[in-house]
Amino acid sequence: MKCLSIALLMCCLSSVAMATGSPERPAVIVGSKAFTESVILGDVAADLAQQAGARVRERRELGGTRVLWDALLHSDIDVYAEYTGTLRREIFAGRNLSGTRIALKKALAEKGVTLGPALGFSDSYALAMRKNEARRLHIHSISDLRKHPDLEFGFSNEFMARSDGWPGLQKAYSLPQTHVRGMAHELAYRAIATGAIDVTDVYTTDPNIHAYHLALLRDDRHFFPSYDAVFLWRSDLAKRAPTVVAALRRFAGRIDVATMRRMNAAVQLDDADDRAVAAAFLGKSGSASTPESMWDRLALRVRQHVVLVVISLGAAILFSIPLGIIASRRRFLGQTILAVTGMLQTVPSLALLVLMIPLLGIGGPPALLALFLYSLLPIVRNTHAGLVNIDSALIDSARALGLPYTARLWRIELPLALPSILAGIKTSAVINVGTATLAALIGAGGLGQPILTGIRLNSIPLILEGAIPAVLLALLVQGIFELVERLLVPRGLRRV
Amino acid sequence: MTRALLMHGYGYSDGMLKLEGVRKSFYGGEVLHGMDAHFERGVTVVIGPSGSGKSTLLRLLAGLEVPDAGHVVADGLQLEPAQMLAHRRQLGYVIQEGGLFPHLTARQNVALMARYLKCDAEWIASQVQILTGMTHLSPALLDRYPSELSGGERQRVALMRALMLEPDVLLLDEPLGALDPLVRFGLMPELAAVFRELNNVVVFVTHDLAEAEYFADRVMLMHQGRIVQSGSYADLLERPANEFVSDFVRAQRPVREA
Repeated sequence: MKCLSIALLMCCLSSVAMATGSPERPAVIVGSKAFTESVILGDVAADLAQQAGARVRERRELGGTRVLWDALLHSDIDVYAEYTGTLRREIFAGRNLSGTRIALKKALAEKGVTLGPALGFSDSYALAMRKNEARRLHIHSISDLRKHPDLEFGFSNEFMARSDGWPGLQKAYSLPQTHVRGMAHELAYRAIATGAIDVTDVYTTDPNIHAYHLALLRDDRHFFPSYDAVFLWRSDLAKRAPTVVAALRRFAGRIDVATMRRMNAAVQLDDADDRAVAAAFLGKSGSASTPESMWDRLALRVRQHVVLVVISLGAAILFSIPLGIIASRRRFLGQTILAVTGMLQTVPSLALLVLMIPLLGIGGPPALLALFLYSLLPIVRNTHAGLVNIDSALIDSARALGLPYTARLWRIELPLALPSILAGIKTSAVINVGTATLAALIGAGGLGQPILTGIRLNSIPLILEGAIPAVLLALLVQGIFELVERLLVPRGLRRV
Repeated sequence: MTRALLMHGYGYSDGMLKLEGVRKSFYGGEVLHGMDAHFERGVTVVIGPSGSGKSTLLRLLAGLEVPDAGHVVADGLQLEPAQMLAHRRQLGYVIQEGGLFPHLTARQNVALMARYLKCDAEWIASQVQILTGMTHLSPALLDRYPSELSGGERQRVALMRALMLEPDVLLLDEPLGALDPLVRFGLMPELAAVFRELNNVVVFVTHDLAEAEYFADRVMLMHQGRIVQSGSYADLLERPANEFVSDFVRAQRPVREA
């Protein structure tokens, strides 16, 4: 039974893997993180590669540095835009690669990754003030802040906590300010515009710097590490697509801070399409993407979502019920099974998704496996509980009739446990539909995709485009299982 | 006709269900201390206060428990684990609340084992019909679920289920214990009629002296894991074996006589 379930799961996973990989594999796959600047740079790289004659496929808006990096190592993507600070502080966190580019280049080469030339801008932390206020107080650099201890500081919560944020900054510059608050990044702009705070942290390419008329203060003691934007690509790309690598190399120094800020502003503040902005920057006419209707987009996302849910939940049902039965028969083994599936449930869903990448790469298969693991516990636990809680008088009656073990299980115990088992499946299904929205973070698509884009662009309609169908889908799934319950559970077992 | 069908009598013959030196402990405490007993055609009422070991005795006879020492002997053969299923199919077992399966209708409960053994559908139907007559169950109730039946109706269905495969032995564990007095009073003569009609080995466990008086061909009084007296109901009253027996009898008499 167990072997069968594993085989079935593998079948499901591999069929999805085949479905997601197109028959003729594109020569170059470009990835990007789920924030606008990364998406634009990804689109730029994709356009460059296309102009260089490659067949290009994009995997946009993946869920963060770890996902992109693992995908690069796993050959799921070939190129993406990264920052040197991120490489030093996150990817090679344990190693001291500060300072020289050469050390970083060598560390990357050991992993089979090539460090491309700097693109020409740095997206680092900076402090910002209202322009007229800075001019009035003659503040040009962070050192100048020392002369104004009464200024109100409001920083993003992350900046308050990071060692390269406020705590380090205060020490490095001996800043005397005591009025320092943490707040949500978006709120900080409004606060500084209304004068509730005077100084906040920003990213140097943040489009809001223009929109809110802010001036950046010079980091005259070079406290903030530089986050120079670079392209990273798999070293084997030089052999597979030398023209593409040449084009990426030629791109050195082509984007300065002002240009990047302008492109970010076009997408985030003026609702321009990322691909169109990238194309315009490269001097290409027209939009690179063909506009699709909301309904086509929605149909695709719903289809992807349903496939994720149906396969992972189906496999979980086939696997969990036998597990639950075994758990109810063997006390010790049962405790172990419940403990392990329980532990899986406590792993944060995002972490579980990311943990799958080194094994299965990005896209459908790792998402399916993570959703599958996540769906086990409610079904195993309810199957176990349903069987264990059967009145012992009924078991005795079945034994006294002379029903053998297997017949007792099939004809008496499982039917009696059925309401509990179905309740477990229903719980699992609803959790599964919700968790599947996170699958977009590792490139598996689904209804999480519009939500992710919506968060990036701060667009409520886009977020709703993912959230509403997801809620409806959860309700539908619940309705389906209630119908199944009505059909399968005999009248005698229904709670009155 | 009914009688002929139910009395075709292969399998266990008279006096062929025995306990020989049976000991049984649960969680370290011995419940039965080396018990010898034999059960013959007719109704044997096993009576005793709670904790006397009478239910354990019945479960041993039903093959639901295995003795720690000694043997259950059926038809002259010591019962081995391998024969347990066959043994259980030769007997009918009724417990206090009926033990009906709530996910099956009354008819499905009664026919469960016959269906499992792939008995002929016509035979099943006629057998169910005979048993409804015998237990005075209204046939209209057969398609109800146990939760839709009254306590008395449930016990009738449980009895039908126990009798479906024409058992040689009928074991009943306080079958009237959970019923309210009026229902119980109504069911007693019907049950007695069924026992008379079957005329096979019936072991009836109860703590109620009135039931013993009403049903018993023989009474077996148990106390602390031993049989303290075995014989007729009249013997129990007139020739109590020891002080416990007379105390037990007196305790269940109406107060004015005490």
